[in-house]
Amino acid sequence: MGYICTVSYLFKNMDDFIAARSQMAISLGFHIIYSCIGMVMPVFMAISHYKWIKTGEPVYKNITQAWSKGVAIFFATGAVSGTILSFELGLLWPKFMEHAGPIFGMPFSLEGVAFFIEAIALGFFLYGWRRLNKWFHWFTGILVGISGIASGILVVSANSWMNNPAGFDFINGQYVNIDPIKAMFNGSWFSEALHMTLAAFSATGFAVAGIHALMIARKQNVTFHTKAFKIAIVFGAAAAILQPFSGDISAKNAANKQPAKLAAMESYFHTVPYSPLTIGGFPDTAAKKNKFSIEVPGLLSFLVYDNFKQPVAALDQIPVKNQPPVAVTHIAFEIMIAIGSTMMLVGVLYFVALWKKRSWLSRKWFLYLFILSTPFGFIAVEAGWTVTEVGRQPWIIQGVMRTSEAVTPMPGIAYSFYLFTAVYIILSIAVIFLLKRQIKMVPQLYDR
Amino acid sequence: MLYIVISFLFLAIVLYFLLGGADFGAGIIELFTSEKNRHRTRKTSYEAIGPIWEANHMWLIIAVVIMFVGFPVIYSTMCTYLHIPLLIMLLGITARGTAFAFRNYDAIKGEKTQNLYNKVFVYSSFITPLFLGIIAGSAISRQIDMHPVSYLDAYIFSWLNYFSVAVGLFTVALSGYLAAIYLIGQADDDNDAKRFITKAKAMNILAVLFGGLVFIASEIEHIRLAHWIFGNPVSLTAVIAASISLLISWVLINKGKRKIIRIAAGFQVTMILLAVGYMHWPYLIMTKDGQNLSLFQYQAPEKTIKVLAEGLMIGSLLILPSLFYLYYSFQKKEETV
Repeated sequence: MGYICTVSYLFKNMDDFIAARSQMAISLGFHIIYSCIGMVMPVFMAISHYKWIKTGEPVYKNITQAWSKGVAIFFATGAVSGTILSFELGLLWPKFMEHAGPIFGMPFSLEGVAFFIEAIALGFFLYGWRRLNKWFHWFTGILVGISGIASGILVVSANSWMNNPAGFDFINGQYVNIDPIKAMFNGSWFSEALHMTLAAFSATGFAVAGIHALMIARKQNVTFHTKAFKIAIVFGAAAAILQPFSGDISAKNAANKQPAKLAAMESYFHTVPYSPLTIGGFPDTAAKKNKFSIEVPGLLSFLVYDNFKQPVAALDQIPVKNQPPVAVTHIAFEIMIAIGSTMMLVGVLYFVALWKKRSWLSRKWFLYLFILSTPFGFIAVEAGWTVTEVGRQPWIIQGVMRTSEAVTPMPGIAYSFYLFTAVYIILSIAVIFLLKRQIKMVPQLYDR
Repeated sequence: MLYIVISFLFLAIVLYFLLGGADFGAGIIELFTSEKNRHRTRKTSYEAIGPIWEANHMWLIIAVVIMFVGFPVIYSTMCTYLHIPLLIMLLGITARGTAFAFRNYDAIKGEKTQNLYNKVFVYSSFITPLFLGIIAGSAISRQIDMHPVSYLDAYIFSWLNYFSVAVGLFTVALSGYLAAIYLIGQADDDNDAKRFITKAKAMNILAVLFGGLVFIASEIEHIRLAHWIFGNPVSLTAVIAASISLLISWVLINKGKRKIIRIAAGFQVTMILLAVGYMHWPYLIMTKDGQNLSLFQYQAPEKTIKVLAEGLMIGSLLILPSLFYLYYSFQKKEETV
C-alpha cells in the first residue's frame, strides 16, 4: 500500500527538474550498457575471426558469426539510444547546450565521424562474408571495434569537461576566449576515458564469458562455448585487474579538481589530518557522521597525497549549497569498489587457473564463479556512472553552471520521463528476448 | 570557415533527406503494398537497404552535431519550442531502427513476432518523416511564439498548424517516391519492377498534390511562401529545374531506365530542397514576433567554427570514400549469410 502511495505521489507531484534529471539518468543508464557491449563485442568478434582465418577451425567462424548477430542487435539499439541522447541534451538542457555546445562540442563532432565509420564498417562486415577479400573483411570487423572505442573515448571526454571545465574564461556570466581543443583535452579526459574503456572491457568480458560459462555448465555445444568463453574472459579479467590502478588516477584527479565529489564518495564530513578512508556504512547527513562503517585512519590521505598525514578536504570545507547528495554518491561508490575488487580477484583466479591449475577450468565451482559474475561489471558501471554524475551535482558544469539553471522551461517533463522509461524497458526486454533466442539457436544456426 | 560549416550542414540535411528519406520510404512503400505482395517488397528492400541503412541515418547525427556546436542558440530554440514533435520523431527513429534490426536478427522467424516487427517498422517509417517534415515546416512557419501566454501557444501550436502538417505529408510522399525509384533498380524480376514503377508514379502524384497543399496551407497561415520561392532567382531556378526533372523522370520511368531515373529523382528532390532552403536564407527559424534566427547572427565563436570546419573536412575525407565504396560493393546482388 505504501508503495502504491509513493508511486501515485510521484505521478502527481514529480517536479520538472527532477523529471528531467531522472530522464537523463535513465537514458544514459541504458545507453551506457548498449554502447559498452557495442564497442567491445566487435573486438572479441575480430579475435575469433582472426583465429578462424589463421587456423581454419570452423568453430571460430561459427563463434564470429554468432557474435556478429549480437553486435548487430546492440549496435542498432546503441545507435538509436545515442540518437535520442544527442537530442535530449537540447530537449532537457537547452540553456546548457546553448553555452556549452561551442566549447565542448568538438569531441561530439569527432564522435559523429567515428560513429559514421563504425556504421559503414559494420555494413561491410555483416554483409561481406561472401563478397569481400577475407583480410579486408576481417579489417572491417576490427574497424567496427576501433571506431566504437574511439566514439566511447570521445563521448567520455565531453563528459569529463563537465567535471573539469577548460578551454574558456567565465567572466561576468559570459563565456569568452573559447578554445574547443583545450576543452577536449581537459585535465580529466585521460583518467575518465581510461577508466571507462577498462570498465567497458571488464563488464562486457565478464557478461559474455558468464553466458558462455552457463552453456558449458549445461553441457551444450561445449567446444563452441569454451572457446568463446576464453576469448571474452581474457579481456574481461585483464581489464578488471588493471582497473584499480586507473581508479587510483581518477580518485587523485577528483581530489584535485572536484574535492566535493571525493568527500561525498568517501562520506567524509570533517577535515582532519590522517584523513580516514570510510568503508561501508550509511552516511547520516544531518548528524554529519557515518553509521556502521569502518574507518581506516590515514588511508585516504595516503591514497590522495601518498603520505598518511596530510589532511584531505572534507565536506565541511564546501558550502552546503554546493554539496552533492552524499548518501547516493557514497553508497554507489562503495558498490563500485566492492564489485570491482571482486572482479579483480575472480580475474586473478582465472589467470592462476590458466597458468598453474588447468584442472580448475573444467570444475563446476569454477564455472559457477563466472556465471555468478555475469552482471557484476554492469552493476559496477552503473554505480560508477552514478558516482560521477551525482557526485558532480548541483553543477552541470562544475563550478560554472548549476543543473537547475540549465533545465528546459517546458512543463510536464514527468510524462516524457515515464514515456522514455517505458521505451527503454521495452527495448531492453526485446534485446534480452532476442539474445536468448540467438543462444537457443546456437546448435541449429552456428555450431551444427 | 563559416561557409564550410554551413555547406556541410546543408550537405548533411540533403543527404539525410535523400538517403534516410529513401530508407523511410522503403517502409512507406511496404505499408502501401497489398498483403499478397508484401513479402516480395520486404525481400527487395531488405537486400537493398540492409547493408547501408545504418549509415544513411548517420547524416542526421552529423546535422545535429553541427547545429549544437556551430549554431547552439538555434538548436536550443528548436529543442525548446519543438520539443514535442522532436520527441515523437525520436520515438519513431527508435521504433523503426530497432524493428528493422530485430526482424532480421531474430534467430527464430516466428509468424507472430515477425508480424509485430513488420507493423512497428511500417508505421514508424510513416510517422518519422511526417514529423521530420513537421519540424522543418514549423521552423519557418512563424508560429513559434517566444513570448507565449499559454502552454498550448508555446509547445503545441508552434508545430500543430496546417502548414507544418502539409510539409510533413509532402515529406512522406517524397520519401516514398525516392524509395520506389530506388527499388525499381533493385527488383528481382519484371513483375516486381512494374509494381515499383506504379508506386513511384503514385507517390510522385501524391507529392505534387501535397506540394499544392503546402501552398494552400501557407495562404491560410499567412506565410508568404509563394513570394519567397518565386521572388528570388535561386529558388525560382531550382523550382523550374525540379519541374523539368519531374517530366524527365516520368519519361525515363516509362522507358524503364532503371538506374538513370535515380539520378533524375535525386536531382528533383535536391532542387526542391535548394528552393525551400534558399528562400529564407540565412534564417533557419522564423518566429511569430518577427525575430528571425540567422546562421550569421547566431554562429558559435570564431575559434569553434574554425575547429568544427577542420574536423568536418578531415572527417569527410574518411567518410565519403568509404561510403561510396560501401554503396558500390553492395550494388551487385548476392546471397547474404
